[in-house]
Amino acid sequence: MAMQAAVLELADDHLILGHRLSEWCGHAPMLEEDLALPNMALDLIGTARALYDYAARLEGKGRSEDDLAFLRVEREYRNLLLCERPNGDFAQTMLRQLYFAAFMEPYWQAATGSSDEVIRGVAGKAVKEMAYHIRHAGEWVIRLGDGTDESAAKMRAAVEELHRFTGEMFEESDASAALEGMLPRRADLRAAWDRVIGMVFSEALLEVPEVRFPQTGGRQGLHGEQLGHLLAEMQYLQRAYPGATW
Amino acid sequence: MSGETPLWEVFIRPRNGLSHKHVGSLHAADEVLALQAARDVYTRRGEGVSIWVVPSAAITASDPDQAAENFEPAADKIYRHPTFYDIPDDVGHM
Repeated sequence: MAMQAAVLELADDHLILGHRLSEWCGHAPMLEEDLALPNMALDLIGTARALYDYAARLEGKGRSEDDLAFLRVEREYRNLLLCERPNGDFAQTMLRQLYFAAFMEPYWQAATGSSDEVIRGVAGKAVKEMAYHIRHAGEWVIRLGDGTDESAAKMRAAVEELHRFTGEMFEESDASAALEGMLPRRADLRAAWDRVIGMVFSEALLEVPEVRFPQTGGRQGLHGEQLGHLLAEMQYLQRAYPGATW
Repeated sequence: MSGETPLWEVFIRPRNGLSHKHVGSLHAADEVLALQAARDVYTRRGEGVSIWVVPSAAITASDPDQAAENFEPAADKIYRHPTFYDIPDDVGHM
């Protein structure tokens, strides 16, 4: 069951961050981003669907991808705390996206060599999507960081707020630690992540802060209160109208 | 925000062998963001394999007030259309 639990962690990351991005739909600062943010949300939710479907099959208890996505309680979600962080302002959303994509792009790249056929399939598609997310979010971080006084201050505040959640990405969970060859080792991706963040930050005139109190816990189901609000909205339809489809 | 950012015209090549075709316009701060926005706004349904963006300000357009003198003189010169040739059957569909 280690594989099922590890796939579920990945699926939760993608669903929760995808839902967060979708919250921008109709609220983005300009029409072009109002299309771009849901585009990226749909990339993540598409990946989440494939992973939930696989996790449900690995579990073999007759649960569907929708059951796993919508009908668990808060403590059962194993997503990174970074993914559930509120959108904040546009700077925070773009930085959160850059942090996550800069981790997942090398992750999926490594996963294209997985011994697991489903993971290889998901990786082949997701690696291109993450490369674009890095570009899209990275270009915005550069322009906001090296922009006006106000945009630079907001970008620095975003780094201050979110950087402490990034260390969790590289921690192996109990589930994922036992899967040599099937899923990439998270700690191995640190150098690639540091390289991308370093390149973007140097152009954006941002400094990588020293993190004194790293925030972790998502992989053990210990979340911030914001996840509960997100789930209330995301699960409402399936809770109110069980089995609803369209 | 859109009021402060320049306007760009977007051209998409639907597939190799065809030429880029104008599909619309968008607002973006510079050419890199314009290309990204074009990708996100105009290629969501697999519309293309290549994108051009051009600053709208770089386009010189004909004056609508001169439409009559520009285009109407061509209207009665039907002999410029290649419709007066008999095409041999062997040529097939052209």
